[in-house]
Amino acid sequence: MSKEIGTVAVCGAGGTMGAGIAIIAARAGFTTICYDIAQAGLQRAEQQSAAFFARSVERGKMAAAEKDAVLARMKSTTRLDDLAMADLVIEAVFEDLSVKRPLFGTLNAICPPHAIFASNTSTLSITEIAAGSGRDNKVIGLHFCLPAQLMKLVEISPGVNTSNETLASAWAWCERAGQLPVKTQDKPGFILNALLVPFNNDCIRAVEAGVATPKDIDTAIKVGLGYKMGPLELIDLVGLDTQVRLCEAFYPITLDPRAATPPLLRRMVAAGRLGRKSGHGFYAYQGNAMFGA
Amino acid sequence: MRYRIVQHGESRSFPTDDAFLRGASDDGDVVIYLGATLRPDDSKTAVLVELGTECLGVHTGEKAGEEGSNVLGFARYRNGTDDPSALIELVRQPRTPDPAIAAARALFEAAGFTVVVSADQAGRIIDRLVRPKYNAALRFLDEGLATAQAIDMTCKLGLGYRDGPIERIERGGLTHHYDVTQALFETYGTPAYAPARRAVVAKLRAR
Repeated sequence: MSKEIGTVAVCGAGGTMGAGIAIIAARAGFTTICYDIAQAGLQRAEQQSAAFFARSVERGKMAAAEKDAVLARMKSTTRLDDLAMADLVIEAVFEDLSVKRPLFGTLNAICPPHAIFASNTSTLSITEIAAGSGRDNKVIGLHFCLPAQLMKLVEISPGVNTSNETLASAWAWCERAGQLPVKTQDKPGFILNALLVPFNNDCIRAVEAGVATPKDIDTAIKVGLGYKMGPLELIDLVGLDTQVRLCEAFYPITLDPRAATPPLLRRMVAAGRLGRKSGHGFYAYQGNAMFGA
Repeated sequence: MRYRIVQHGESRSFPTDDAFLRGASDDGDVVIYLGATLRPDDSKTAVLVELGTECLGVHTGEKAGEEGSNVLGFARYRNGTDDPSALIELVRQPRTPDPAIAAARALFEAAGFTVVVSADQAGRIIDRLVRPKYNAALRFLDEGLATAQAIDMTCKLGLGYRDGPIERIERGGLTHHYDVTQALFETYGTPAYAPARRAVVAKLRAR
C-alpha cells in the first residue's frame, strides 16, 4: 500500500554524501533522521548543516526562522531502532555490497512495511543490494551527485523486482524534494559513472602515452567542449584513490578495458599523489590554490 | 606576426571570410597550408599544415621516432557542422624544434585562439578522448539504459557539460562521428573507437 512520505531516514549521514542528502530532505520539509554508526561524524555533519543553512540565510535564499525550522526537523542518532518511523530510508554507507545488503536486511525488521529503501550506490547493482532485504519490491536506486545539497540530478534505478508503485513514489519524492530525477536501468555506473569513469581513465592513459600535458588536455576539453572542469582537474578533486576504487568496482563487472585501472593511476596512488587532498595529483596544490601543472 | 596562407578548397578550421584568413600577408615567417599540398621550406620558422583525421606523419613521413622539423600540424576543433571553436590543437613530432612550436603558438594566440600542443596521434586530444564516450552514449541508447533526453540531462546536470553527448553528436552530424571514429578505429584498432551502430546507419543512408 502506498503511503505519503513524511519521514526520511539517511544512513551514513555522517559522511559527505549522506549529510548532503539529509540537507535536501530537511530543506524540503521532511522530518529527517540522520543515522550513522559514528557519533563524531554526525556531530560534524550537524555543524556543517548548520553552517550551510546559515550561509543560505546570509545569501537571502532562506529566512532565519525557516533555517531554525529546518534544523529542528533533523534528528541525529546512532541507533537503527530510531528509524522505525521512516517512510523512506536512503542509504549512503560504504560502497560495499556486504555492508549495504545486511543494513537493509536489518532495517526490514525495524521499518514499517510500506517504507521504501533507497540506495545511493554509484557502482553496485540495485537488484543485488535488494536481494535478502525482505522487501525487494520496495528497494530502488537513488543516486545523488556530489555535493548533493547543491546538485539537482538524481539517477533513479529500479531493480529487477522493484514495483512500479515504488518507482512512482520515489520519483514523486525526488520532485517534492526539489530534485530532477532521470530514470536509468540497473546497470553498472548507471549513466553518469558509466560514461565518466572510462572517460577519465582514457584521459589518464593519454597523459601516460605522452599525447599532451595534463594542463593541455584539461584546456582542450574545457575550451573545445565547454566543460566547466577539465577531466584531470576533476580526478584530482575527487581523489586518485577514489578513481582506483571506481575502476576496481567497474572492471570486474563490465570487463570493459577502458574501465580497467590505468597503470599510471596505480603508480601515482602508490606514490601518495592522491590529488587535492594530498597536495599533489596531476597538479600540485598549496592549500586550496593550484600552483602549476 | 606575419603569415602567408596557401589554400586549396574549403578549410574546416577557417571557413570563408574568417578573420584569420583576412589577416594573412603575401609573405611571412610562417606559412600555413589549408588543403594545399605541403611544400617544406627550411627558411621559415614554422610551416603549418591543417589536418583532418590524418596524422602529421602522412604529410612529412616518419623516421623511427626521430621525425620532426619546422613542419607542424594543426586543426581548429570543430564538432562536425558546428561552428569552429576557439581551440587550436597544434601537432608536433618528437624532434620538432621548440622555436617552431613557439612561433606557431604565438601566431594563433595573437589571433585570439587558445592553443594546446598534442603529440602526432590520431584524434589528437579531443577526438581521441571524447569519441569513445560518444560511442558509449549511443550504445547505451540502443541498449535501453536510458532515453536520449535522460542521458543528455544527466551529463548537463551531473557533470556540468554545456550539452549532452547525444544532442552534440546529432547536432554535429552522425556521419561526421562515423568518419572520425572510423579513422580512429583504423589507426588504434580498439573496439572503443569502432563507429556506433547509429553512426553506421547514418553513414549508409548518406551514401
